Amino acid sequence: MVMLDFGVVWRNLPFLLIQGFLGFGNFVGGTLRLAIPAIVLGFVLGIFIGLGRLAPQAWIRLPATLYVEFFRGVPLVMVIFWMWFIMPIVLQTAIPEFGVALAAFVIFEAAYLGEIVRAGIQSVPRGQVEAATAVGLTGAQTMRHVVLPQALKNMIPSLVTQFIVLFKDTSLASIIGFMDLTKAAQVVNNREIRPFELYLFIAVIYWVCTYSMSRYARHLERRLGPA
Amino acid sequence: MAAAIEFRGVNKWFGPLHVLQDVDLTVEAGEVVVVCGPSGSGKSTLIRCVNRLEVIQKGEIVVHGQSITGPRVHLSRLRAEVGMVFQSFNLFPHMTALENVMLAPVKVKGLPGAGAEKIARDLLERVRIPEQADHYPANLSGGQQQRVAIARALAMQPRIMLFDEPTSALDPEMINEVLEVMTDLAREGMTMMVVSHEMGFARRVAHRVVFMDGGQVVEVQPPEAFFAAPTSDRTKDFLSKILSH
Repeated sequence: MVMLDFGVVWRNLPFLLIQGFLGFGNFVGGTLRLAIPAIVLGFVLGIFIGLGRLAPQAWIRLPATLYVEFFRGVPLVMVIFWMWFIMPIVLQTAIPEFGVALAAFVIFEAAYLGEIVRAGIQSVPRGQVEAATAVGLTGAQTMRHVVLPQALKNMIPSLVTQFIVLFKDTSLASIIGFMDLTKAAQVVNNREIRPFELYLFIAVIYWVCTYSMSRYARHLERRLGPA
Repeated sequence: MAAAIEFRGVNKWFGPLHVLQDVDLTVEAGEVVVVCGPSGSGKSTLIRCVNRLEVIQKGEIVVHGQSITGPRVHLSRLRAEVGMVFQSFNLFPHMTALENVMLAPVKVKGLPGAGAEKIARDLLERVRIPEQADHYPANLSGGQQQRVAIARALAMQPRIMLFDEPTSALDPEMINEVLEVMTDLAREGMTMMVVSHEMGFARRVAHRVVFMDGGQVVEVQPPEAFFAAPTSDRTKDFLSKILSH
């Protein structure tokens, strides 16, 4: 029977949380510092991909469809490796781990988020668009004031699920040396050899974050009111 | 009287389906025309062409002297001139009754919020539900929802109103409150095209009744003649089916 000693967590708490989780310290890193912009930018790109998938013009629709089909068909780790090895060559300059990881997550997640956006928009009844058109709203106004607000509400459960997946997937950034929570635990473990305590601790941190996200989503759904 | 809407040799296909066949019809300004006919006869499609929710492939439609079938049509001006009410209300569920009515005046006409609110409250008064202004559609009865939808369509101050089976989705006890509002509108001189099987409304309010079948206009008559002495066998057959009980 292994004796648990959570002293290792306590001694390294500032490094694990401030450096690994938040991203402040000697290394560029941080689970939150990667996850938050990745979620925001991925969602913005996802909205455009989703709208593109529904565009009446084939020259917009086909590339958007291709994009989705392609990135949904390859593993995330592979996309991270591509970015890691190919981005510096294409851009002719060194890219820090943060840039590589952020680009990989945004590009990869936008494919999934785009599909959620598309499904959300399609869930809004056709009559809503007709009513908005009939009172004289333009296509863009109809999208902005009538379709998207309703679509967004329908999307919340799937969106949050995807945000949670993305949040947990940021741990994969550790494979290119990005100093997130997972990498920070690895670093400490290499020194102290306490894998059970360390990985249990970061599991709890991940779980608390994702559980808060799903609770907040439920609250948001309820607050957004009727229909 | 001046013509408000003219259909000239209008033809429309949905794929291989010929849904409007050589329709010629003129609706005068201030006239109330009720369009009836069996389902699939093209009556809804006909009125949906007037505000370009549907595009026709052949012929011409002229609204207040302006062709709306050419390539250069001022769509937002056309839609401000022509209001529409749908069978399933299609209110925006994330907005209150008041906001539903205010949306177009604010976004399309660019009216300031206070001005649009004044218009919207007056309209809700006119459709007899001022007290429901701050309620969401989900909390309104079908009849109330349809009256908000009428107010929403009136908010752009249209000169023509199109009604696509406005009472078909309503429980019987709510049909009359909607028909009363429509009767008020007709009395005020609104040009109206109403797709409906409310024959009582047609008898009392319509100037002319149009009977359509298989994409064609079969018969156009003032209501007295339409009900008393229809000329076509298809009209007689249709009337016998819907008036028998």
